[in-house]
Amino acid sequence: MLDTPPFPAGHDAQIRAVQIQASDWGWRHAGRHNQAVSGLDLQVEPGERVLLLGASGAGKSTLVHALAGVLGDAEDGDETGSLLIDGRRAAEARGRVGLVLQDPDSQVVLARVGDDIAFGCENLAVPRAEIWPRVRQALTEVGLNLPLDHPTSSLSGGQKQRLALAGVLAMRPGLLLLDEPTANLDPDGVIEVRDAVVRSLDRSGATLVVIEHRVEVWQDVVDRVIVLDPAGGVLADGPTREILSRHGQRLAQAGVWVPALPPRFPTRSPIAAAETLLRAEGLAVGRVPFGRRAASIVAAGITLNLRAGTATVVTGPNGAGKSTLALTLAGLLKPAGGTLHASDTFAAGIVPEPHRWRSQQLLTRIGTVFQDPEHQFLAATVRDDLLIGPHALGLGQAEQTSRVDELMHRLRLDHLADANPFTLSGGEKRRMSVATVLATRPRLLVLDEPTFGQDSRTWQELVALLADLLDEGIALVAVTHDAQFVSALADEEYRFGMPDPIRLGAGAP
Amino acid sequence: MSLLTPTIRPSVVARLNPVAKLAVALIVSCALLLSIDWVSAGVALLLEAGLLLWCGLSARQFWLRTAPVWIAAPMAAITTVLYGEDSGALLRQFGFISVTEGSAQLGLAIGLRVLAIGLPGIVLLATTDPTDLADGLAQVLRLPARFVLGGLAGLRLVGMFIEDWHSLTLARRARGVGDGGGPRGAARRFFGPAFSLLVISVRRGSKLATAMEARGFGSDEPRTWARPSRVRAADAVLVGIGFAIAGIAIGVAVWAETWSFILA
Repeated sequence: MLDTPPFPAGHDAQIRAVQIQASDWGWRHAGRHNQAVSGLDLQVEPGERVLLLGASGAGKSTLVHALAGVLGDAEDGDETGSLLIDGRRAAEARGRVGLVLQDPDSQVVLARVGDDIAFGCENLAVPRAEIWPRVRQALTEVGLNLPLDHPTSSLSGGQKQRLALAGVLAMRPGLLLLDEPTANLDPDGVIEVRDAVVRSLDRSGATLVVIEHRVEVWQDVVDRVIVLDPAGGVLADGPTREILSRHGQRLAQAGVWVPALPPRFPTRSPIAAAETLLRAEGLAVGRVPFGRRAASIVAAGITLNLRAGTATVVTGPNGAGKSTLALTLAGLLKPAGGTLHASDTFAAGIVPEPHRWRSQQLLTRIGTVFQDPEHQFLAATVRDDLLIGPHALGLGQAEQTSRVDELMHRLRLDHLADANPFTLSGGEKRRMSVATVLATRPRLLVLDEPTFGQDSRTWQELVALLADLLDEGIALVAVTHDAQFVSALADEEYRFGMPDPIRLGAGAP
Repeated sequence: MSLLTPTIRPSVVARLNPVAKLAVALIVSCALLLSIDWVSAGVALLLEAGLLLWCGLSARQFWLRTAPVWIAAPMAAITTVLYGEDSGALLRQFGFISVTEGSAQLGLAIGLRVLAIGLPGIVLLATTDPTDLADGLAQVLRLPARFVLGGLAGLRLVGMFIEDWHSLTLARRARGVGDGGGPRGAARRFFGPAFSLLVISVRRGSKLATAMEARGFGSDEPRTWARPSRVRAADAVLVGIGFAIAGIAIGVAVWAETWSFILA
């Protein structure tokens, strides 16, 4: 970042902030029975900074997509009422609005940083001579100190989001729309992106509408909170503090992370004399790159014990090898060095090295919850998918059904039994991915960023469930960036870059 | 180094317009597809060899990149020699397989052809940045921007396939269906993740399309190009060389009376 901003203070004369006006506006996606948004009346004045809240399914994303003009036309859904940007239909306000979405990987368009930022300007037919100064300015504004020909594939998540922001800023929009721009980022990435947004708004004076259920990230940036009602229209609208204090309870129940109302931590009853299930000694982890034979080591010298009834968290900076370690502990990757041995009772009659276990032998021993739940879905319906594990174990028909029914009930998936896993919401997908693993009752659970992007309600349910499992004697190891998750559950922390595991909470001597 | 941002050493060939390179590869290929004889392919290959020295690839890169062609060419040649249409004197007989003067000549012609068409194609593409190629196709050949840039952006997703595939296969092992089941199990283990990969890719593709649309892409309004794609004198020379190689190869073959026009 630069010490002195290269731009004059005050607002950019070329950017005119946008006014938003919705009158009885509604949208129903083609093929859906229910309205995504209905009866919406609101006005946002130029330069206002708005945080858009609401329960999952309240239509926040639909509204933001409509403002960005990417909802499509009559073929894609039915529009009612009017949604105007500076008095014109939102779909016609091309170039006046910039949108940054949640997933860092699916917003990069071109292979080089400079080309990617220039993309929007090109589409708006900005003359070539003007494009490159805009690109350089946007790059500095978001604090990305990179050469223009830097490959976009080598950026971190936070850098990719700032790149997406730069691409939007170079178009000089009067309205900046952010749809959960930091949900997939680690804490450093969240701050980087938030600060870049604030810097650019201070300069441009543009209007801001941001969707984000982690309120503490934006509460000091925005001056107004609008809460959408899932039943249609606006539930609450007003100054940030006032809305958060008056409607905090209700928002928290809807899954919004209200800073004054943190989720409850479960009470744990740790088991005595925890038995070691899996022991890593001088473990080195790495992946075998595509087309190679030998693994390239990302982390080495890892020594830790995974014990029954004990939660171990693995923390550390991005790229340190946390996920690779998790996959190795889970018996999915072969250790690149050192040893990883299961205890005799844990191995229960088979070889002690988990990576040599057969797929079916893993089921009752180690369950893995992947960072992206979609990667572990195998069947076309939730019920069939949950049955795969019990079926692979060769359990009786009655036992299979009773296990799956109980799990669906426990994880509030009953009403989704016949739904396709890919169509579930983010929170439902996470619960489902945990259910698939629990169906075979493994003694060790390995979780990779289990709370990433989850709303406070799903978070609380997940943490309570894991606490129950720990009390039942299951061993748990989780890779996480989530400080609250660590406070709520961790007995031991293995932090990358530190020589020994750190004892926390009840497990501390 | 990656598919989309290859490290290309600065060289004469690297600076040429990708459209000119594409034109040369096409001209030579078309000329060589008009006849199947060993003389035209051999002459073209000889002339190309002189050019390939200038291509700016290191020896290691050259052999690594062109390895598939060096494997494919002899395979195609041998197959033709053994199973190609027989004519002329019988040279060898292995059971029902016969090698004749005609089939041997045909084999040589096919092998040389694979090399003469494959080598320049691979080398020219190896020295071309996909972004430059897209710029050239859209600005020089005036192909629709929607099509060219859509394809270029889609190419970026290919790199993610490998990452996804890796996770999908690990996840199947974790879920108890990662091994066993004999050949049917193996088939399931391939098609299962292949289907998931398809679903995941389509979803990612549609998210990318939304992001592109949000940045003003896909309308019928005119757009500008941040990176100019220019055709210079050197590019004209390159295309000229392409025509010369094609012409000389055909000329020598006609003179040597080996030219046999495939449509004749």
